[in-house]
Amino acid sequence: MADLSVKFAGVTSPNPFWLASGPPTNTGGQVARAFDAGWGGAVWKTIGEPIVNTSSRYAAIDLANVKMMGLNNIELISDRPTETNFREIYDVKKRYPKNLVIASLMVESKRESWHEIVRRAQDAGSDLLELNFGCPHGMSERGMGAAVGQVPEYTEMITSWVKEAAKIPVIVKLTPNVATVAPIALAAERGGADAVSLINTINSLMGVDLETFAPRPNVGGKSTHGGYCGPAVKPIALHLLSSVAKSVRIPISGIGGIGYWNDAAEHIALGASTVQVCTAAMHYGFRIVDDMIEGLSQYMDDHGFKTIEDFRGRALPNVRDWGDLDLNYKVIAQINAGLCIGCQLCYVACEDGAHQCIEPYKSAEKRNANGFGVHVPRIIEEECVGCNLCALVCPVENCITMKEIDAGGPAMSWNNRSRGQSDACAPPVPSGD
Amino acid sequence: MPLRETAPKLLPEQYEKNFAEIAPAMTKRQAAIEASRCLYCFDAPCTIACPTHIDVPAFIQKISTGNLRGSAREILSANILGHSCGRVCPTEVLCEGACVMHEKGELPIEIGRLQRYAVDHVLANHIQLFQPGAPNGKRVACIGSGPASLACAAELAKWGYEVTIFDRNEFPGGLNTYGIAAYKTRAADSIREVDLIRQLGVKFQQGVEIGRDVILETLEREFGAVFIGVGLGETWDLRLPGENLRGVFGAIEFIEKTKVQPLHEVEVGLRVACIGAGNTAIDVVTAARRLGAQTVNLIYRRGEPEMSAFAYEYQLAKQDGVTFHWHTQPVRVLGINGIVTGLECVRTRLGPPDEKGRRAAVPLPGTEFTLDVEMVVRAVGQKPVTEFLRSVKGLGLNENGTVKINENHQTGHAKFFAAGDCTNGGKEVVDAVAEGMAAARGLDEWLKWPRA
Repeated sequence: MADLSVKFAGVTSPNPFWLASGPPTNTGGQVARAFDAGWGGAVWKTIGEPIVNTSSRYAAIDLANVKMMGLNNIELISDRPTETNFREIYDVKKRYPKNLVIASLMVESKRESWHEIVRRAQDAGSDLLELNFGCPHGMSERGMGAAVGQVPEYTEMITSWVKEAAKIPVIVKLTPNVATVAPIALAAERGGADAVSLINTINSLMGVDLETFAPRPNVGGKSTHGGYCGPAVKPIALHLLSSVAKSVRIPISGIGGIGYWNDAAEHIALGASTVQVCTAAMHYGFRIVDDMIEGLSQYMDDHGFKTIEDFRGRALPNVRDWGDLDLNYKVIAQINAGLCIGCQLCYVACEDGAHQCIEPYKSAEKRNANGFGVHVPRIIEEECVGCNLCALVCPVENCITMKEIDAGGPAMSWNNRSRGQSDACAPPVPSGD
Repeated sequence: MPLRETAPKLLPEQYEKNFAEIAPAMTKRQAAIEASRCLYCFDAPCTIACPTHIDVPAFIQKISTGNLRGSAREILSANILGHSCGRVCPTEVLCEGACVMHEKGELPIEIGRLQRYAVDHVLANHIQLFQPGAPNGKRVACIGSGPASLACAAELAKWGYEVTIFDRNEFPGGLNTYGIAAYKTRAADSIREVDLIRQLGVKFQQGVEIGRDVILETLEREFGAVFIGVGLGETWDLRLPGENLRGVFGAIEFIEKTKVQPLHEVEVGLRVACIGAGNTAIDVVTAARRLGAQTVNLIYRRGEPEMSAFAYEYQLAKQDGVTFHWHTQPVRVLGINGIVTGLECVRTRLGPPDEKGRRAAVPLPGTEFTLDVEMVVRAVGQKPVTEFLRSVKGLGLNENGTVKINENHQTGHAKFFAAGDCTNGGKEVVDAVAEGMAAARGLDEWLKWPRA
């Protein structure tokens, strides 16, 4: 049985699954229930000078039957008195000494304010601190959150202030709303951060009610940009995570689009030591962690990974600049006529949307149970560029596969071609963002 | 003269329940979920399988986006009776039978119900999707107001023709109104749908019989062309002794009563025998059971594999508790004082195949038996309306009495075009629509460039 416990910036988490700072970690009661359900840690809803929230606050986009593919919120940090939050942290820690409570903090950019809140969070018994330099809405208008995290100098400065007072490890939470994230992560590292976490939510406007022209979420006919999260943001999170993982030496907590154990495993494979989940818990409740633990553990057993460290960052060396990719690697699409149901989505996608390498069916050689012809299209192999589009649109599992073929010649990347050499003996080129 | 014994009357709510829609309207959410299942096939098999070639993926896509008007336009421009067809089409042997989901090991998309969902929207909101064409000064008469005539008339009206429909019944719609099981569609649904054709400026003269109220010569004189969509007539006789006894009915005539009379007033025997095993026979036996008949027997001289009813229809009858007598043939209707008391039958076996490959049923002497029934329904197909068709000089009939037509649906009399059951011998509503539309194209071409 795999050991899911993780050593993170000097503390041990029973498993890599943490609740991210957000509505699910708003109160001690919620965090206690989450720990009962099996979550290894919880990053408390950001504590600071209590704010006043709007009604309504969240908006989502659905994709056909899938609800909440993407979620956005304009909720601010905790609206509860700091005293209440710290007292509840204290109570929770007493009941759950093995689970990690991470206090997420955000105060005005004054050294004394940070020193004070850090001391109070420590006194309450927090295991770690997470500095919220990422919130993209509301708080940033007041010079906090993303307003700090978008500027490397501010990030470094405030991190160093926190480190002056902190006796427990400090995580800096990074915003994705920057042109390039690695310099911010490096600034946090220079400031003394013990870890970074990313991504915070992405700036977004969720939509417009076409009858009233009120943007969503609707606050009396008006709205504002908010933080975007949920399954839709995972690819963005993975990209930013990989670029940070290649840049810093401190551990990383991965956040963004994690709903299942395999999402978590992907974050880990790209360098995250722990992962944080919010939207999925908002959608389905704390119980989802059960499958996350079981699924990850099963995956690790199946692959002979005894600890998270055994596969953490394993995919990272494979994330490369485009110029390092082998131009002589070649795949072509293959349709399994036996599995094909004849929807011809591959044909129309290739014909109109890609490279015109599929022919529509000519005569139906296969018939369905009711005697109707099944329209199996054909790949024009000599034309196929191996773009994957047909396989991506095919609704049948394993019906269209991409087969590797010998294109002739040794591996050759653009960078090496420009230098006039093959890849055979080229050293890997590290890459940042 | 009443039947010997009738089925006990049911409670009003029981009639409602028994004849409630078998495929009820979808809710918005149901339609959204079902529409989202559609893969949006290219060159879709469902569209190919539909006789009217409705662009099924396109109309379903439009349901997904909330563009119900566009969806209904997509449907109705291909098939003006798309609403009825959504309810009464044997979709399992047409669009839904061809759905790629079968190959995927999933249930096919509920195309029929989605179709109805989209058209319901425009019918319920009285949205007019089509406009009559700019008048071209030409007049066409359509005889009969069934699906073929309605489809033909709608096409012609869109192209600017002045179209008048003459029909002998009180209500328009033909078999759509009078001849389809009530749990599939009510007469009122069919009549409401006719509004789509009325909106195009088509005039309806109901209760008018050609040859009696208006003579053919008048039509010929006053109209540039005449479309014949008269369908079929009464149910064939059995040519059995006792057939004229009180209690013997034709299938179409029996179904019609369930469509135009309050259900509790429809006369049905306590015990019923229906002869035939086509889809109409299924409509009869299910209606009889749902009206309260205690025992309903379906009698067919061949076996289960030979029956022409669709599997889905057969299933309905089985679920309704109908008793099937395969390899059984009626011999005579028995009666006392002119009223049916029973049906004498004989067992049969399948003989050698005839020239068409169909195996004849050969009676087995000595196997006669009697079913005690108060009502016998003939469901052995409908006769052509030969008398009327013969009255059109030079029309030209096939051996089986159907109207002879060329590829443009033109008859032997150049001015007369025909489509639907009177030419094909009896097919589905959707076939009649497709043919009616084809006839409209043929008629339009001929009127523009008349030959012979």
